[in-house]
Amino acid sequence: MEEKEQNKKKYLFDNPRNVNRLLRCFFASLVVLLIIEFFVHKHPHFPWEGWLEFYAVYGFVACVALVLAAKYILRPIMKRREDYYD
Amino acid sequence: MISTVPPAFIFIVGGLLVPFIKGKWKSAYLLLIPVIGFVNLISIPEGTHWVVRFLDWELVFGRIDRLSLLFGYIFHLISFIALLYALHVKDDLQHVAGLVYAGSALGVVFAGDIFSFFVFWEMLTVSSIFLIWSRRTRAALGAGYRYLLVHAAGGLCLLAGIVLHVNQTGSIEFGYIGLNGLATYFIFIGFGINCAWPVLHTWLTDAYPEATITGTIFMSAFTTKCAVYALARAFPGTEALIWIGAIMTGFPIFYAVIENDLRRVLAYSLINQVGFMVCGIGIGTALAINGAVAHVFNDVLFKALLFMSMGAIMYRTGKINGTALGGLYRTMPFTCICCMVGAASISAFPLFSGFVSKSMVMDAAAKGHMTGIWFLLLFASAGVFHHAGIKIPFFAFFGHDSGMRPKEAPVNMLLAMGIAAFLCIFIGSFPGPLYSLLPYPVDYVPYTAPHVLGQTQLLFFSALAFSLLLLSGIYPGEQRCVNLDSDWFYRKGSRLFYYIMDRSFNGLCRVSERVFVGGLAGSLGRVSRDGATRAALLAMVPSWVITGASGEKLAHKKASLRAALDTGSSPIGISAAIATIFLIVVFLLM
Repeated sequence: MEEKEQNKKKYLFDNPRNVNRLLRCFFASLVVLLIIEFFVHKHPHFPWEGWLEFYAVYGFVACVALVLAAKYILRPIMKRREDYYD
Repeated sequence: MISTVPPAFIFIVGGLLVPFIKGKWKSAYLLLIPVIGFVNLISIPEGTHWVVRFLDWELVFGRIDRLSLLFGYIFHLISFIALLYALHVKDDLQHVAGLVYAGSALGVVFAGDIFSFFVFWEMLTVSSIFLIWSRRTRAALGAGYRYLLVHAAGGLCLLAGIVLHVNQTGSIEFGYIGLNGLATYFIFIGFGINCAWPVLHTWLTDAYPEATITGTIFMSAFTTKCAVYALARAFPGTEALIWIGAIMTGFPIFYAVIENDLRRVLAYSLINQVGFMVCGIGIGTALAINGAVAHVFNDVLFKALLFMSMGAIMYRTGKINGTALGGLYRTMPFTCICCMVGAASISAFPLFSGFVSKSMVMDAAAKGHMTGIWFLLLFASAGVFHHAGIKIPFFAFFGHDSGMRPKEAPVNMLLAMGIAAFLCIFIGSFPGPLYSLLPYPVDYVPYTAPHVLGQTQLLFFSALAFSLLLLSGIYPGEQRCVNLDSDWFYRKGSRLFYYIMDRSFNGLCRVSERVFVGGLAGSLGRVSRDGATRAALLAMVPSWVITGASGEKLAHKKASLRAALDTGSSPIGISAAIATIFLIVVFLLM
């Protein structure tokens, strides 16, 4: 009975509104980061560092590429049953 | 002036005395060892100390300079944190192994000659193996043996290099070696095995996740960092290291994305972080070496912090697979926050420790116009955030609700995590004190507006990629599975080896048994039993036939001869005749 009570206890992210709030904050900060770039004076080592939103695009593309490569190339080749070595 | 002792000495002797301390004093005693060690360390002036003559050589147990000192500081610090984290452990073996292991690491970094360096280097392996075996599971036993074998091979490779090197140069001083000739390649690869270079790395991802909860904290700090120290001492500016390091930063993150065991994810990200250090050492400029060494300092802290948070979960729930965990922030909030601090630090968020050191290596690559390397490192920076920064906390503390409501971690674990988390933030926010300890004077400002913005953009948009992939269901779900890595070659290869050895040697045994035991021994027995009789018959029968014996008479003569020889009762005349014939034959042959 006590355990049931405990399970019913609401925690921070059990409320979908809080999750949505967090996501909204996150998306807003992305927009802010994109906008700030117009006000920052850069002194790049490489020419592409001076391109608009280079780091944002690179970060996004790199991660998508990473996940897709891991999921569709690495996992099919490397995945074995858990007891493969036993 | 306090009289000082070699730093390794305090830990090794202190460790060996642990079983003799009983009761409530044990905790205090354990924590006192790194404290005394630290006081000892800061009392030692820079220079060369404890030179011992051994045979014709001079062993140096205390080469104290800025490079070795920085490693000394962080090793003392992490020993204190790891011991605090492990205070609840009742198994003395683990405390002894942990302390001897830490002492060996100190021995390695303060060794001024290559002999004592090698001895401490081997002690690293021997002591740390008990941190794996203490888990006392079948998987840990197997992983421990593989760990031992790989390091034994690496140690032999290093020893071969050392012997050749000392033979060529006539000196056992351990300083800059550089890649030139066979001996140095052996040494280079010997270091590389402990450094977890690509393809040589699987001992790490195999063994660390199988070690005890508290043992992994020690292990994450010492072996690879000692190898980084050795490379920084002996091979700074070696171009091969740039590429080796860059590849190390890159390939583990792919594995980390699909790995289910969260401690194994951390093991892969450990290789990724060591890659930044190795790359920095390869670049070899003052900025790069400073960056590499500063990153060692930070990595020891945040990697230990991450392992500690995962260890706390394991301690409370007994589970560590991503598939089994989730939603633990509800009842382990402090552990969750510590984990996120570690995650932010390893991802190099501004104001967290990784930011102030990793960027030095990146900057050094940019200053050297190494375009390919720079792109790889940047890719790895985004990738590490992806798997260590988001995946670890998300799958453990958020994600789907596993339904588990474990208690918060024990106080000693919380304290240890708290100290590490505090230091991660402190160093990230005030890098000055760390910079003042680096081997070269630091002329580097991490907090410039474009750098902070660029890094934040990189990380936030990586996070966006994660969120979108997760929400769209493309993100690969955690699966219970094994992912093949280069350990396949020796884990499966050993079976092939076993099969071949079984076939060839056991086959040889079977053939030998058939030929020698079944065949040859029997015929030898028959010869020695019947030989004399047959020879006598061969000699006598023709003479009997000539003298006219035949039929029954001949048969009777044969039977009586056989009986006489079998019982040894042949008439003396015949014996004497045989002996005479024998002597004549011998005489003729002479």
